[in-house]
Amino acid sequence: MIAETGLAALWLAAALAALQFLLMILALRGGADVRRAMRSIAVLQGVLTLIAFAMLLIVFARSDMSVALVFENSHSAKPFIYKIAGAWGNHEGSMLMWVTILAVAGAFVALLAHRTSERTTVAALGAQAVLALGFYAFLLFASNPFARLWPAPEDGQGLNPLLQDPGLAFHPPTLYLGYVGLSVAFSFAVGALLTGEVDSRLARAMRPWVLGAWILLTLGITAGSYWAYYELGWGGYWFWDPVENASLMPWLAATALLHSINVLAARGALKAWTMMLAVIAFSMSMVGTFLVRSGILTSVHAFAIDPQRGTFLLALLAIYVGAAFTLFALRAPSLKEGAPFELVSRESGLVINNLILSVVLGVVFVGTLYPLFVEALSGEKLSVGAPYFDAVAAPLALLLTVLVGIGPLMAWRRERRPVFRQLQVPALLGIGALAITIILFPAMHILPRLGFMVAAYLAAASILPLTGRNPLRAPLATWGMAVAHFGIAVALAGMAANAAFTSERLAIARPGDTLSVGPWLVVLADVTPTAGKNWTAVEAELRATRGDGVITLAPQSRFYSDPPTETSETAIRTFWNGQLYTVLGKQDVSGAWQLRLWWKPFVTLIWAGGAMIAIGGALALLGRLWRLIWRRRSPAEEWRRERYA
Amino acid sequence: MSRPVRFAPLVLLLAIVAALVWRLATPADTDVHSTLEGKPVPAFALPAILPNKPPLTSADLATGQPHLVNIFASWCVPCVTEVKVLQALRDKGVPIEGIAIRDRPQDLADFLARNGDPYERIGSDPRSQVQISLGSSGVPESFVVDGKGVIRYQQIGQIEAADVPMILSKLEQAR
Repeated sequence: MIAETGLAALWLAAALAALQFLLMILALRGGADVRRAMRSIAVLQGVLTLIAFAMLLIVFARSDMSVALVFENSHSAKPFIYKIAGAWGNHEGSMLMWVTILAVAGAFVALLAHRTSERTTVAALGAQAVLALGFYAFLLFASNPFARLWPAPEDGQGLNPLLQDPGLAFHPPTLYLGYVGLSVAFSFAVGALLTGEVDSRLARAMRPWVLGAWILLTLGITAGSYWAYYELGWGGYWFWDPVENASLMPWLAATALLHSINVLAARGALKAWTMMLAVIAFSMSMVGTFLVRSGILTSVHAFAIDPQRGTFLLALLAIYVGAAFTLFALRAPSLKEGAPFELVSRESGLVINNLILSVVLGVVFVGTLYPLFVEALSGEKLSVGAPYFDAVAAPLALLLTVLVGIGPLMAWRRERRPVFRQLQVPALLGIGALAITIILFPAMHILPRLGFMVAAYLAAASILPLTGRNPLRAPLATWGMAVAHFGIAVALAGMAANAAFTSERLAIARPGDTLSVGPWLVVLADVTPTAGKNWTAVEAELRATRGDGVITLAPQSRFYSDPPTETSETAIRTFWNGQLYTVLGKQDVSGAWQLRLWWKPFVTLIWAGGAMIAIGGALALLGRLWRLIWRRRSPAEEWRRERYA
Repeated sequence: MSRPVRFAPLVLLLAIVAALVWRLATPADTDVHSTLEGKPVPAFALPAILPNKPPLTSADLATGQPHLVNIFASWCVPCVTEVKVLQALRDKGVPIEGIAIRDRPQDLADFLARNGDPYERIGSDPRSQVQISLGSSGVPESFVVDGKGVIRYQQIGQIEAADVPMILSKLEQAR
């Protein structure tokens, strides 16, 4: 009954979405009643999808093996939290989660949107309904999560042990929430293009969604990067893998959108460009979902591959994005450009920011899809790896990072003050960092060296917008910007340190052997068998010292029985100045063990920086929401405040 | 904004979707094909490794009839099972030449005594130099070489019993 209730709720929600779309057409012609009805329908749709998702959680929690999805992805011996996480650790469940979040977001738009005109809100709700409708069809016709098995099997097939990790419980939902936040921006853009009301009110209505989505994407990417780092046991934090790129592309587009939307909100300028970015940001989420789910590109992320699903997602992508682009092409000429600005101004800075981000996005997009196009045109096979992305994206990213220090100091419209004088201290710090790397580490490569220089410069430059007035009186959004920009400097320093100072040791060792890595002496004390709830393992006892006491690490080589899989559990110890990272491999025929040891100075700064960027975003969002909820002002007042902030 | 600029995103999208449709319609061919197929065997002269086996040079392959060149080693586990399949090919009259990779005479003699000896000639490639020039990256691998010494087919990995008809037809085509 539970599964059937879920399925029924899903069908009802789909029917409501269809109704919501039809009502939009009526509502755009007039009728306040119809508009109110639309809002109620959107809320109801959100509630129904929540019911469907709750039913899925219940069948997973109870290990109901008569549901095919549970049988395929769960096992009664699995720890409870992974039973729950198993609900979205698979294709059908994750698509249900996606559509649930989409519908709930639609409900919130219906409840909260009162900044844009009623017509634009209604058009956006209609667009949101069309989006949802496609995904309902996808779920109901091509990936039903509630399909039954008869007779019910004894027990399930289990979940890939790599995914039995707390990271899994949060990584996909975080990214999905981010993607769906971008879908709201997309719907607003489509709605505004339909009604022709692209203005600063629209930008202010979109901004919390974009900001929220961007925060979650930032967190999702940061957490995914750390998960890959400790779970895969390869010691790297970014592999330029197609699936990683699939999450990076929407983030790049959302970052650009986040900046351009401020121009639209404050100055009413960059209308067409911001609408374009809103469409592209969501398109990139769909491209990402498509790449991941269709298995069209080879990746370390092995998802269940199904050509029918790939075709379905591609059709949705083509229809939605194609329709939005067509609408854009037809409506762009009617958009009046807002207030003009001079060459040296905040607006120009943000335009340059957007240009560079767009080029980086293009670079990643082309690099990810290039093998596909080459093979389509010439039949030749190739792969695009880290050397391309590092060589092309890294210099652009460094250039952008330099500009990040300058842009926020500029005034709107035109900047006449000598801004560069403020940057003397940051510039000196950057040059100082460069000099130190040249003197102390003459063999260092050029990129980490520049990385240290730019990081030192930006760390100082990012806090300049808070100086010159009482920092406590600065708006929360300004604090958020400073923290996020400071986070970029922190992450960049971590990347540079990791690239420049990592020591690696790959050894064949017997119990009693001593190995050295970086400043550490590591003794392989013993290797003993051990077992957990659904796995057995051999565990090494490593005693490590660098002259001040001994620490013990216990990396494992694990064997899971359902399904039979071997994994290596890394043992990582974090210190203020770096991480000691150890991996136990296999035993060779002579009885010795493979060991991989890394000493990674300051590597944790990478993720600390990522977290700071997200926290910065959260501060800004808090500031915006605070003003939205507690201090509602007239649009004119808000515009003045924003303009002269 | 001019018309071409406005419609550029749509055109770009259609191109990308077309490429993706093509990819979905023609699933990726994940096999790696040899780039040396259709090219002559690079010139080499490998010394003998066993006293009772003649050495192998590239000239020995251009004798007017097709050969099967097997890259193997006594220390290679799949080669143990493969050698029995090679024996079956040998019994059907296929001339098989061996290139022993990083091997020692005694180990190789033991290997052949234990598992059978389908080879007419065995050349010793102690530093994998000829193996690399043939574009081979592991053991076992096999090449079908026609009577003029041109590579017609490269088998990556071991030849299994099920592959025998395919190998025989490749040899027949090379005739």
